[in-house]
Amino acid sequence: MGATFDIWKLTKQVLFYALVVVIVVVSVFPFYYAILTSFKSGTDLFRVTYWPTSLSLENYRQVFTQGSFPRNLLNSLFVASLTVILALFLAVTASFALSRVRFRGRGLLLMVILAVSMFPQIAVLAGLFEVIRGLGIYNTPWALIFAYTIFTLPFTVWVLTTFMRDLPIEIEEAAIVDGASPWVIITQVFMPLMWPALVTTGLLAFIAAWNEFLFALTFTVSNQTRTVPVAIALLSGGSQYEIPWGTIMAASVVVTVPLVVLVLIFQRKIVSGLTAGGVKG
Amino acid sequence: MASIELRNLRKSFGAVEVIKGVDLEVRKGEFMVFVGPSGCGKSTLLRLISGLEDITSGEMLFDGKVVNSLTPSKRGIAMVFQSYALYPHMTVYQNMAFGLKLEKGHSKDEIRQRVEKAADMLQIRQYLDRLPKQLSGGQRQRVAIGRAITRDPKVFLFDEPLSNLDAALRVATRIEIAKLHADMHEVTMIYVTHDQVEAMTLADRICVLRDGLVEQVGTPMELYERPDSMFVAGFIGSPKMNFISGKFAEPFGCETVGVRGEHMIINEGPGRWTGKVIHNENLGADSYIYVDIGSEEPVVVRLEGANTYKSGDSVNLSPMDDKIHRFDKAGKPIR
Repeated sequence: MGATFDIWKLTKQVLFYALVVVIVVVSVFPFYYAILTSFKSGTDLFRVTYWPTSLSLENYRQVFTQGSFPRNLLNSLFVASLTVILALFLAVTASFALSRVRFRGRGLLLMVILAVSMFPQIAVLAGLFEVIRGLGIYNTPWALIFAYTIFTLPFTVWVLTTFMRDLPIEIEEAAIVDGASPWVIITQVFMPLMWPALVTTGLLAFIAAWNEFLFALTFTVSNQTRTVPVAIALLSGGSQYEIPWGTIMAASVVVTVPLVVLVLIFQRKIVSGLTAGGVKG
Repeated sequence: MASIELRNLRKSFGAVEVIKGVDLEVRKGEFMVFVGPSGCGKSTLLRLISGLEDITSGEMLFDGKVVNSLTPSKRGIAMVFQSYALYPHMTVYQNMAFGLKLEKGHSKDEIRQRVEKAADMLQIRQYLDRLPKQLSGGQRQRVAIGRAITRDPKVFLFDEPLSNLDAALRVATRIEIAKLHADMHEVTMIYVTHDQVEAMTLADRICVLRDGLVEQVGTPMELYERPDSMFVAGFIGSPKMNFISGKFAEPFGCETVGVRGEHMIINEGPGRWTGKVIHNENLGADSYIYVDIGSEEPVVVRLEGANTYKSGDSVNLSPMDDKIHRFDKAGKPIR
C-alpha cells in the first residue's frame, strides 16, 4: 500500500515539474533565441543552433554606431518616463475625486473611462492623427506622450480608484481635522500609503509606452524622433535584399533588458500592489 | 474654551432624516457625553459639531458665532476616532506634529516642545520614534489622544474611543481620559458612547439621544434619580431598571412602576410580591437574582455580596417605597 502511494505521489510531482518546464520553455524560448542570435555573426546566423556557439559583440557595436539607435533609445526613455509621470499625476488626482468625492454621475463616469480602453488603437488612429496635427505636435515626442497618456489613463485610474477606495475613511477625516487640504491629503497622506499601487501601475504604463508600435509609427516620420520599436522594425541592412537579423536581435535585447531590470527591482512591490488593489485586506 | 450652542439642528442623508431638530447647549469646559442606542444619531451629531458633515438646517454656534460653514480646523476642534485613524506611514512623533506643521507659523522647537509635553502627559514619550503598527491598541489610542492634545483645541471630540479596546484597557483608558479632563479643565469635551458606565463615570452632563432627538440632558445623578421618561430610566443604570405594569402597578396608581434592582429588598416575612428565583448571578462584590413574580419579565434584585439562593427558591420582595418611579401610559413620569 505504502509503495503504490509513494509512486503515485512521485508521478504527480514529476508531472507537475514537467508542466512547469514546458511552460517556462515555451514562454522564454523566443527571447532566449533572440539573445543567441544577437551574439552570432555572418552566415552563422542561418545555422540553427540551440546552444551558444559564438560570442561576438559585433552586432551590438553596429547597433550603437550605425544609424540613430542611441537617439531612439533616449526618445523612448523620455517618452515613456514622461507618460508615466503625467499619467500617474492625472490618475492620482482623478481617482481621489472618483473614490472620495460624492457627486452625481460618478459611477457612469467610471464606466465611460473603462469603455474608452475598449476601443482598438486602429479605430481612433485617424481621429487622433487629426487632433495631433491640430495641436501642432506632429512628429515630436509630445505627440506620443499625448497619445500614450490617453491610452494609459483608463487602466491607471481604475486601479488607483479601487485602491484608494479601500483606504480607511477615518484617516482622511483625521487629516481634515488636522487642517489638511485635499492636495495635502493626496500628497502627504495617501501617496505614501499607495506606493505599491503607484509602482505597479507606473511600471505597466512604462512598459506599454516603451513597447508601443502603431502610434509611434504613425505620429513620427524622422529618424530623430522615432522610438525604438519603430527604429528596430525599420533597421535596414547593407542592401534591399538583406534583413540584418543580427542587429535586429541585438537591438531587441538592448531594449528589453531595462524592462527586466525594472521589474526585478520592483518585484516585491508589484506583487503586493496587485493584490492590494484588487482585494481587501 | 468654547461654549457650543445647537439651535434646531437637522441632518438628512437623502430622504432619511437622522437628526430631527436638536437644541442643546454645551457649556465652556464641560465634559458632555452623548449616549443612546445604536442608530440614535449620536455619532452623526458629533460629526456635525466637528464639521465633517454638513448641517442640513438649523444653526451651530461656537462662543456665540455661527460656524455652520467653517471647516473642522477653523472651528478649533480635535477629534479622537474609534479606529484611532493614525497615519500608518508616519512615526508617533510625525503623527502628533502633523497638524501643527500644516498650521503655519510654528517653529520647529515649538512643535517639538508641544509634542513632547503631550507625550509626557500620556506617557508615550518612549514611543515617539515608532510606527503605529509597532504599538498595541491601547498605545495607539493614546497616540490618537496625544495628536489631539498637541493641537491645543478649543473643543475635544471623542467618537467611541474605547470601543476597540479590551475590558481591562478600557477601564484604564477611561480613568486616563477623566484625568485629562481634570488637567485640561478649560477645554470643552464631547464624548460619544453607547456604554452607560462610561457616560456615568466621565460626564459632567449626559445627553441621552433617541431617534434623532434629545430625550433628556442632565448630570449623571439627575438622570439616575429623576429620569424624564421610561426610556432614560431604562437606559441609565445597570442592571436595567425593572418595569412592572398591569395589576402589579395598580396599587401605586400608575400604568407602570419602575424599580431599580438595588432598590428591591428581600423580606424575611411577607413582602409586597412573592416569586420564585429563576437565575442567580454571583459577581463577588454583589449579585443579581432574577425572580419571577408573574409579571411580563422577571424582576432583578441586586444584593450586596454573594448569596446562596438557588433556582426554584421562593422569596418575598418589596420595593423601597421612596425609590420607586411611577410612569403614565405615554412613559412620562408621575411625580
